[in-house]
Amino acid sequence: MKFKALLTTTAAASVLMAGLAAAEPVKIGIAAEPYPPFSSLNAAGEWVGWEIEVINAVCAAAELDCVITPVAWDGIIPSLTGKQIDVIMASMSITEERLKTIDFSDAYYNTPTVVVADKAFDIAPTPDSLKGKILGVQASTIHQAYAQKYFADAEIRVYQTQDEANQDLFAGRIDATQADSIAMSAFTDSDTGSCCEIKGQVADDPAILGRGAGAGVRKGEPELLEALNAGIAKILEDGTHAKITSGYFSASIY
Amino acid sequence: MQQFRAFWEPHRIVMAVIFAAIVVWCAMTLRWDWLPDYAPLALEGLWRTIWILVVTIVLGFLLAVPLGLAQAIGPWYLALPAKAFCTVIRGTPLLLQIWLLYYGLGSLFPQYPWIRSSELWPYLRQAWPYAVLALTLSYAGYEGEVMRGAFAGVKRGQLEAAKAFGMPRFTMFRRIWLPQAIRSVLPTLGGETILQLKATPLVATITVIDIYAVSSRVRSDTFIVYEPLLLLAVVYMILAGVITLLFSRFENRGQRRAS
Amino acid sequence: MQAFFDMLGLGSSAELLSLSPPGWGGNLLRGLANSLKIALGAFGLGLVIGLFGACGKLYGGKVTRDLLAVYTTVIRAVPELVLILILYYVGTDVINKISEAMGGDRVEINGVAAGIWVLGIVQGAYATEILRGAIQAVPVGQIEAARSFGMPSAMTMRRITIPAMMSFATPGLANLWLIATKDTALLAVVGFSELTLETRQAAGSTRAYFTFFLAAGALYLVVTLLSGLVFARIENWARRGQPSLKGAR
Repeated sequence: MKFKALLTTTAAASVLMAGLAAAEPVKIGIAAEPYPPFSSLNAAGEWVGWEIEVINAVCAAAELDCVITPVAWDGIIPSLTGKQIDVIMASMSITEERLKTIDFSDAYYNTPTVVVADKAFDIAPTPDSLKGKILGVQASTIHQAYAQKYFADAEIRVYQTQDEANQDLFAGRIDATQADSIAMSAFTDSDTGSCCEIKGQVADDPAILGRGAGAGVRKGEPELLEALNAGIAKILEDGTHAKITSGYFSASIY
Repeated sequence: MQQFRAFWEPHRIVMAVIFAAIVVWCAMTLRWDWLPDYAPLALEGLWRTIWILVVTIVLGFLLAVPLGLAQAIGPWYLALPAKAFCTVIRGTPLLLQIWLLYYGLGSLFPQYPWIRSSELWPYLRQAWPYAVLALTLSYAGYEGEVMRGAFAGVKRGQLEAAKAFGMPRFTMFRRIWLPQAIRSVLPTLGGETILQLKATPLVATITVIDIYAVSSRVRSDTFIVYEPLLLLAVVYMILAGVITLLFSRFENRGQRRAS
Repeated sequence: MQAFFDMLGLGSSAELLSLSPPGWGGNLLRGLANSLKIALGAFGLGLVIGLFGACGKLYGGKVTRDLLAVYTTVIRAVPELVLILILYYVGTDVINKISEAMGGDRVEINGVAAGIWVLGIVQGAYATEILRGAIQAVPVGQIEAARSFGMPSAMTMRRITIPAMMSFATPGLANLWLIATKDTALLAVVGFSELTLETRQAAGSTRAYFTFFLAAGALYLVVTLLSGLVFARIENWARRGQPSLKGAR
């Protein structure tokens, strides 16, 4: 594995874009927890999923030499600012709050936010309906921020991974969970998720929910940001993005 | 006064000044503006940490006594399970135990619809019962091993003397054996309690909002990384200091009564 | 029997745990290897820190002694989880800043190295106390005898103090090693792919939480029990030449 990475490093060094530090691979940080269908670890120990394919496509298009580096989700921004990784591509929404700390590339996908609950329960994604209910969200996400603002009357339970929130929804320990619609349809389509259904989208608040998922980079690294933007634009234009998407979803998620 | 002067040697004064300078520097240059907003939440979290600590230590100790006793003098069919329990608890990470109890058991619930309609369900839905259970078992596992040694260490002659006076077995246990065993573990209890305090933040991983979880919340809300962590470390140090003080007073009193 | 396993959700455990995909056993073993690598490294680093720390505490100047007292007190009072987060985020940041200030390149800190240095510093504090106690337990006369023969202090350390203190230090160090293996689990919280995180990933992907957590527990337990055997042998070896304790009773 390491030897292979070394080989690709030396091979790619010659085609690196000007302005970027030579010979040093760009470390793309992803969340170290399964987040299907975007990224998850398979039984062979490889990371797979829609976002992983997009990362590879963007890196190829931008002629960057990338290494995928899993880090804990709730420490992913400190890992970026602490230089353990160079780019975050972990379905991170571009929000005003985050833009104060890091820069974002253009969005590479955008999906609505939904509330999921047990089929038997009559729950709507509104503050009134969720009042007094237990709502599970993932830590350090737009969903946590949104729930804390709009669903303050619900008991909000914060999980380290969305996966654990789903598990507790399945176990009946929470009444509902708020998360990304695609990840949630993947869950409701699965065996364990058959208990539950999407109850609808939450009212939009662009200030909190942001404008789609982008690649996060440290402030003051315009070359890298431009390279990523160019890469994203290229795969959107030449149909690579659509091709990857069609392998996972029935409709476009850009 | 003498003691005071002996402690404040010149180099210690210099170190204290440097330390004070670092504290002032931290207070001035780092960001603390989030503090007022999160103070109520932090107090709640602190209370929960202390509450979990006290409850699990008391319950864990109550469980440790029979565990230690079973290993020290029990017949093999009691000693063996007790020994196995202590080995398993001490041989696996607490984090794994907590996750096994919370998510492992959680994954079983849907198979048994009657659990959801039972009286216990409102508690089984919460996270804290699992946290308390896991930490109690863990403390019992470690302390059970200590108690085994303590029971075995009580002098034979004392027990024989009690027997010679015709003391019933249970009275002998209550009056002679248990108090002596507890007195001999008392000096280690303070350390064990601090170890237990240091285990409490793990419950934050199963959604219990203790002081550690509050600091994570500050981190994720404000993207301020170092300040909440540093403050958190200070809070734990203060707690550990308080525990040390409490136990040293406790121990002094116990010894005075003994002499 | 099958019904019992099904009841616990362990029905298809054998397939899930098989070593080659689609089984997740390979992932768990890879995680275990990483855990052991980090634990070994951290234990070794801790021993080195501990040896210097113990010497500093015993023979160092006033300032050294006080600084070491602060180090061991702080590390032993703050939860490992908090220390790991602080050392991981702050520590790597500081190392990079220092290296950049000296005109060097960014230091590449891979997961294993970061885990080793973070846990090593924690282990060092405990090792300092254990080794200090062990060195103090060595009869002063032995060290004085070495000095009176004109043995340099480094040689006294290597030839006399360390071998003589081994038997006092082994039980504490054995305990410390077990703490090291178990503390690697905490690195799951910062996203290292060690055994506990691999377990969680496997459990999350397959929903077989019970199976995987039990399997990981069994792996940790095997490590503990094997370590117990190894350390018992080491202790026997360290005690060679000492009068048997059995007779003293």
